[in-house]
Amino acid sequence: MKRHLISAADLTRDDAVLILDTAEEMARVADRPIKKLPTLRGRTVVNLFFEDSTRTRISFEAAAKRLSADVINFSAKGSSVSKGESLKDTALTLEAMGADAVVIRHGASGAPYRLATSGWIDGAVVNAGDGTHEHPTQALLDAFTVRRRLVGPEAGLGRDLEGRRITIVGDILHSRVARSNVHLLTTLGAHVTLVAPPTLVPVGVEQWPCDVSYSLDDVLATSDAVMMLRVQRERMNAAYFPTEREYSRRYGLDGERMAKMPEHAVVMHPGPMVRGMEITAEVADSDRCTVVEQVANGVSIRMAVLYLLLGGADTALSAAPARTEENK
Amino acid sequence: MDAQHDDTGNAARPVLEAPDIARVLTRIAHEIVERAKGADDVVLLGIPTRGVFLARRLADKLEQITGRKTPVGSLDITMYRDDLRLRPARALARTEIPGEGIEGSLVVLVDDVLFSGRTIRAALDALGDIGRPRAVQLAVLVDRGHRELPIRADYVGKNLPTSLRETVKVQLAEEDGRDAVLLGVKQAAPADPR
Repeated sequence: MKRHLISAADLTRDDAVLILDTAEEMARVADRPIKKLPTLRGRTVVNLFFEDSTRTRISFEAAAKRLSADVINFSAKGSSVSKGESLKDTALTLEAMGADAVVIRHGASGAPYRLATSGWIDGAVVNAGDGTHEHPTQALLDAFTVRRRLVGPEAGLGRDLEGRRITIVGDILHSRVARSNVHLLTTLGAHVTLVAPPTLVPVGVEQWPCDVSYSLDDVLATSDAVMMLRVQRERMNAAYFPTEREYSRRYGLDGERMAKMPEHAVVMHPGPMVRGMEITAEVADSDRCTVVEQVANGVSIRMAVLYLLLGGADTALSAAPARTEENK
Repeated sequence: MDAQHDDTGNAARPVLEAPDIARVLTRIAHEIVERAKGADDVVLLGIPTRGVFLARRLADKLEQITGRKTPVGSLDITMYRDDLRLRPARALARTEIPGEGIEGSLVVLVDDVLFSGRTIRAALDALGDIGRPRAVQLAVLVDRGHRELPIRADYVGKNLPTSLRETVKVQLAEEDGRDAVLLGVKQAAPADPR
């Protein structure tokens, strides 16, 4: 039984469509005078954040609170973790407090998997980003945003992204968002192309179910959505490209490049944006850019995930397919 | 709740046929107009799945009687159920509140079968989060008894005294291809309705 959300690769097409459809209903709650549902009353959701994050933590917090769950925020800074406590002891503490779900962000790839499979805790584990591995709820909200924009909120219900072409540009090497998106968007039938300088493409990418290009201009005209990634300076301990200026000339999205995209195509960014680096202010402020929408959609998607994992006696998502070596 | 949509393999006996259902809905529409003195401020909210179709049919009948359009919508109660923890999390259905809202109006909830009353309890909670109607009434196609909460219907299509071993199945053309209310007997190993 799938009780956790660790990797976007664990989701079947039907699971993913169910999450998107559920999020569509959750989105309607935001339009009501009382933006709250009683569904998770009496359940406790712990936000366990070992890495800095504002928007993901706030998004999970808002989602859990709209479902009436009790939320405990736990950040590594100023906690016993900074005094040297191990993940295991932290987990046992949370278990003793009766956490029904743990939303974990950790700098080490695989920490959520360890937490979910170790037997330290009984609750559901939701991966909110681990190292350079995965960030499945970000991929889900990206897919949700694409479906809403390209198919429509009503027309999209029950539909996947069959035949859509999505381009992901930038720091693929350090990006958990890119990895989760490749898995999820492919599962949903979309065709993904990664665009990055050769130094920022991970080893083994040829086994990923996607294309790789080194030239942004070549793929713009055939993209239904272009997802710009932030260059993660904090993870860069080597020179991956000569200068920032050269990077933004070759891989940054400006108004001129945006004009080459098809009429209906949208520009996405998981945030935080670095204006002038991967995206110009002109593009970031245009109405083809979905950054703000993505934040709102993030709350709906996280509500859907928490509801489907915690709302019933069992999770509504199908049993996990056999995990492959690659996503362990 | 009880509108099971597995195939009618066992000998389920029709208690209402298509013409009966049409007559019953016409009667309920007239009762609504009479009780609400013209049905000026009536909003019909169907409970998915089959309650929504019944609400739309009632809205058409009301329009024939009063000559005015009656706002009609749907109210999904999944997130308000009291048995959520007893089964796997369920897919949600659509909640569609008419543009005018329900503030100060007379909301008539519409469902296919009234049984334990728990669905209606959940619907009242859901309604409270959406607005404050002047009054709430309940219209059902079939009342099969066995209430577990102090809830009653204002408009009943047919009172159907049943035993707990029996099943009541409502079929509507929009969902099942035909209109009928079927009375059957629960199989030895009761199949979960959903």
